[in-house]
Amino acid sequence: MTAWQGQLIRVDDYRWKIPETYKSGMRVPGMIYASREMLEAMREDQTPEQVANVAFLPGIVGHSLAMPDIHWGYGFPIGGVAAMDVSKGVVSPGGVGYDINCGVRLLRTDLSEDEVRPRISQLVNGLFSDIPSGLGSEGKIRVGRKEMNDLMVEGARWAIRRGLGFEDDLEVTEENGCMRGADPGKISDRAAKRGLPQAGTLGSGNHFLEIQAVKEIFEPGAAAVMGIKGVGQILVLIHTGSRGFGHQVCTDHLRAMEQAVSRYGIKLPDRQLACAPIESPEGRDYLAAMACAANYAWANRQCIAHWVRECFARVLGKGPEKLGMKQVYDVAHNIAKIEEHVVAGRKVKVCVHRKGATRAFPPGHRDTPGCYSSIGQPVLVPGDMGRCSFIAVGTEKAMEETFGSTCHGAGRMLSRGAAKRSIKGGRVVQELERRGITVKAENIHSLAEEASQAYKDVTEIIEVVHRAGISRKVAMTVPLGIVKG
Amino acid sequence: MKRPFEIVEHTADVGIVAYGRDVAELFANAALALFSLITDVGTIEQKLQLNVEISGEDTDSLLVEWLNELIYTFDVKRMVFGRFDISEMAGNRLEAVCYGEKIDPSKHRLKLGVKAATYHMLQLDRNGDGYRARVILDV
Repeated sequence: MTAWQGQLIRVDDYRWKIPETYKSGMRVPGMIYASREMLEAMREDQTPEQVANVAFLPGIVGHSLAMPDIHWGYGFPIGGVAAMDVSKGVVSPGGVGYDINCGVRLLRTDLSEDEVRPRISQLVNGLFSDIPSGLGSEGKIRVGRKEMNDLMVEGARWAIRRGLGFEDDLEVTEENGCMRGADPGKISDRAAKRGLPQAGTLGSGNHFLEIQAVKEIFEPGAAAVMGIKGVGQILVLIHTGSRGFGHQVCTDHLRAMEQAVSRYGIKLPDRQLACAPIESPEGRDYLAAMACAANYAWANRQCIAHWVRECFARVLGKGPEKLGMKQVYDVAHNIAKIEEHVVAGRKVKVCVHRKGATRAFPPGHRDTPGCYSSIGQPVLVPGDMGRCSFIAVGTEKAMEETFGSTCHGAGRMLSRGAAKRSIKGGRVVQELERRGITVKAENIHSLAEEASQAYKDVTEIIEVVHRAGISRKVAMTVPLGIVKG
Repeated sequence: MKRPFEIVEHTADVGIVAYGRDVAELFANAALALFSLITDVGTIEQKLQLNVEISGEDTDSLLVEWLNELIYTFDVKRMVFGRFDISEMAGNRLEAVCYGEKIDPSKHRLKLGVKAATYHMLQLDRNGDGYRARVILDV
């Protein structure tokens, strides 16, 4: 495929605009956050075309936005943000993605790298055996159909009620781990059936558990508020989502919307952008079902966080409280939410689609947890498994420009097949071990798909969002131990 | 006829391109392509059969529905299939019998978790004297 040839107008070093005139049917311009060096790869990948396509959706306001980790997705690009006016706009399941509320949760510890290094194999093996992972993995908690309804409505609290976690975990979880408006009546039997056995599992693909050490602190003040006190401190990052359940919810509602598009007279450049008015039966049904899947994902990360704490306690012979295993934050990066934003000087209720993008609310915002009100909402940005990850915070600038959103990760660069051809799974393990990183995976062959070379360098991504001002970097971490599905 | 199917790559996903002399064969080959991604289809014995009956808006969406039906069966019933007889293909309705077995980890190496068939870049055309379809899968 030839590179995308459209016009990208330089706004400044980190902002590039696709004019509304690029394609007839665009309702707003596109805006890509990127460095000049990143643009070429984006053109090769055709992602600007997808940014332009999203601008077709009825009710879109501001810009069709793209974060620097953007890459080609189905319909919507991954790394895309789009806000639609609730009164006249649409909601699109493709703007959320299949893995609804795929996200990350970060736990801190009072442990140091020196204490953990000698036990790293035990910890990695312990996590691997305690937390079900891998293709088709089934959970160690049994959830019945009726209980599943409670889980869909209560989210993380459902797990805490079962003794899996602490009450104060909820305060530092986006939406307090429970999205309102969840209606199990909008969930198909099939989605429930797919969800039941997979509750409390990590899954496969790019999902992981990572034991990390703080490598660098950029803003000691903000880091201290998060309980991140110094270089060498051990953190644990959990990356997973709503498993087969979210996929089935997305599939079911895409089908319903695919049928509704022509009825509502909506013209789309790509069928995968299927959508329906937010205030239509199809739109409301999707949002109620999406909230169920989002809550499932929060319950899932809550269960896993609890088992991580238990595993550390067992291996290190000290309780989670003694180990200081508090939750720093939990963010969604595939979700649509009704929020209030200022558009052209006017407060508007909008449905913000974040697909491979993270909410980044500023200090003092009512949805920024009280304990972070002075620094802004924490933003967790995992890199690929060999390099590093970042912790950042949301800003006022993000509210002004990106509907309070920022990047979500490294962003894929090589297809899975290309990654596999260029490197063998076994080699990935050796290479990581050589660098002092212990890895355990359910499927060694698929490790190659997740090798560093397959991803963009997250350091460049965080630099763009930091310099553009849509978030501020606070700390950088490096992996010591990794569990992959 | 050329190969029954090909696998195409996409940055974050995988796609299949299937061929068939008629639409029924095209659908059977698309299903075979799907299971070739999940495991080595040569290791699948035809021990069980599953009857499938689905409908769609048009032939394109019927193809997506068909693959999603099989993905659902794989995920929930833990079954893999290696042969597909499309017994009826009328308008936007399809009836098929799929032959396969329960996943046996000692025999079937699971390669890739396919989670959904998408409408993205979906294509189904006449191709010379047969048909060709492309479907992008979420993995």
